[in-house]
Amino acid sequence: MALDVQKIRADFPILKRQVNGYPLVYLDNAATSQKPQMVIDAIVNYYSHYNANIHRGVHSLSQEATDAYEAARKKIQQHFGIQHAHEVIFTAGTTHGINLIASGFSSLLNKGDEIIVSALEHHSNIVPWQMLCERTGATLQVIPMNEDGTLAISDYSKILSEKTKLVFVNHISNALGTINPIEIIIQKAHEVGAAVLIDGAQACSHVKPDFAALDVDFYVTSAHKMCGPTGVGVLYGKETWLRKLPPYQGGGEMIKEVSFEKTTYADLPHKFEAGTPNIAGGIAFGAAIDYLNSIGFDAIEAHEKFLLEYATKKLLEIEGLRIYGTGTKKTSVISFNIEGIHPYDIGTIVDKLGIAVRTGHHCAQPIMDFYKIPGTVRASFAFYNTKEEVDRLVAAVSKAKQMLT
Amino acid sequence: MTIEAIQEELIDEFAMFEDWMQKYEYMIELGKTLPLIDPSLKTEDKLIKGCQSKVWLHSELKDGKIEFTADSDAIITKGIVAILVRVFSKQSPEAILTADTSFIDEIGLKEHLSPTRANGLVSMIKQMKLDAIAYQTQLNT
Repeated sequence: MALDVQKIRADFPILKRQVNGYPLVYLDNAATSQKPQMVIDAIVNYYSHYNANIHRGVHSLSQEATDAYEAARKKIQQHFGIQHAHEVIFTAGTTHGINLIASGFSSLLNKGDEIIVSALEHHSNIVPWQMLCERTGATLQVIPMNEDGTLAISDYSKILSEKTKLVFVNHISNALGTINPIEIIIQKAHEVGAAVLIDGAQACSHVKPDFAALDVDFYVTSAHKMCGPTGVGVLYGKETWLRKLPPYQGGGEMIKEVSFEKTTYADLPHKFEAGTPNIAGGIAFGAAIDYLNSIGFDAIEAHEKFLLEYATKKLLEIEGLRIYGTGTKKTSVISFNIEGIHPYDIGTIVDKLGIAVRTGHHCAQPIMDFYKIPGTVRASFAFYNTKEEVDRLVAAVSKAKQMLT
Repeated sequence: MTIEAIQEELIDEFAMFEDWMQKYEYMIELGKTLPLIDPSLKTEDKLIKGCQSKVWLHSELKDGKIEFTADSDAIITKGIVAILVRVFSKQSPEAILTADTSFIDEIGLKEHLSPTRANGLVSMIKQMKLDAIAYQTQLNT
């Protein structure tokens, strides 16, 4: 069913804004999504009516807050096809989830073990593994990329071996929008006994992955890219793995009993949830998932595919414009440059025309090095963007080109 | 000309423009006319790395005045680099150290000097002042 985009746009207060004298065209959705009223209300409602610390109070407010927070955990569980609610760990976001796993594997890796990452990774998915390698003596292997911004999967098979203990790949590249073949990546890793963590930060606003069907060991994502608030995310881990990993941070909530001689840790999921969590954030994350499902991922995918195809066609009509990431499987992200013009200059001019795009290396310098460019202009579309907004982008980029050459 | 006089001159020049587009077109022109830094000086130690764009800055002391030459890989950044070079080059270290950059606000380009913009310009001004301190010490000994 086609989306009623105007009706959807009315749910997002920020989309009524003017920027630099023009109606805002927000095309930086890969950095963070905008928030519907329903999510904003969930935060306001929590603080206005039942703000209390969770899991330990006997009073009514605490119980209400605990119920709402745990209901959000259940929503996440159902949304992603997770078997047990205790396999859902609330985090501060994707980076936090990745660091939790990297820290946990410190005690499971030995010298000579290997970790595989892909050439398409965000810095947050490279640096924690380099640090893990330094701590353990393991080495880092990289799945190379092809010119079209897809992964060289045949090379992946070559670097996989019994030495491989972990494979870390993003589901969708933030810089290029490439959808990686995670099904094959997971299956091949399991053939050599390696665990797989998928970074789904860019994916979960576009697609609805089923973790059980994927048979993935760990999957991390952030609420704020899914119409939810910043500062909250989720780490899914198979129960067997979560039991094997030691706790990440010590503190309240994550303990069973404490004495100066010995402390025993709480059971899952609390073992990994030290301290008072982002309660409002967790509850609003649940509201965001409800909101996305009320629109439906099939409708979201169809509309975004239309925007991607239309914008690609229109942008390529601008002479000298090159798009990076041209694989057949990609989400609504267009990373581009115009010959002889720096991306920062284009970003600056289109901002003056009320259009928000991202410029720079998108925290993925290895990809920029591969293409030998300082960065790109990245326009990333969400289900609330319109064909008219694509036209405004194309007109603004044309104007920028005219001014800058 | 003193730094203040050059700043006044720039404020007057920019006041002539009716909208941001004319202002930016002028800035792009300024960027294009900036005397290029000698390619041999575009070395790692002259490079000020911003997340968004790069700036190269070179300085020399001539007859008690500092001469700056600079470059950037982005043309709008380079336009502002040109403005800063015009204001600060061929001035004494002391004049550079006591000068402020609030004229940038007055000509309506404040957003380009925001530290969060990460285009290398804030670091460039800092480096110009550090160079001035170094040359001042050299002159006083």
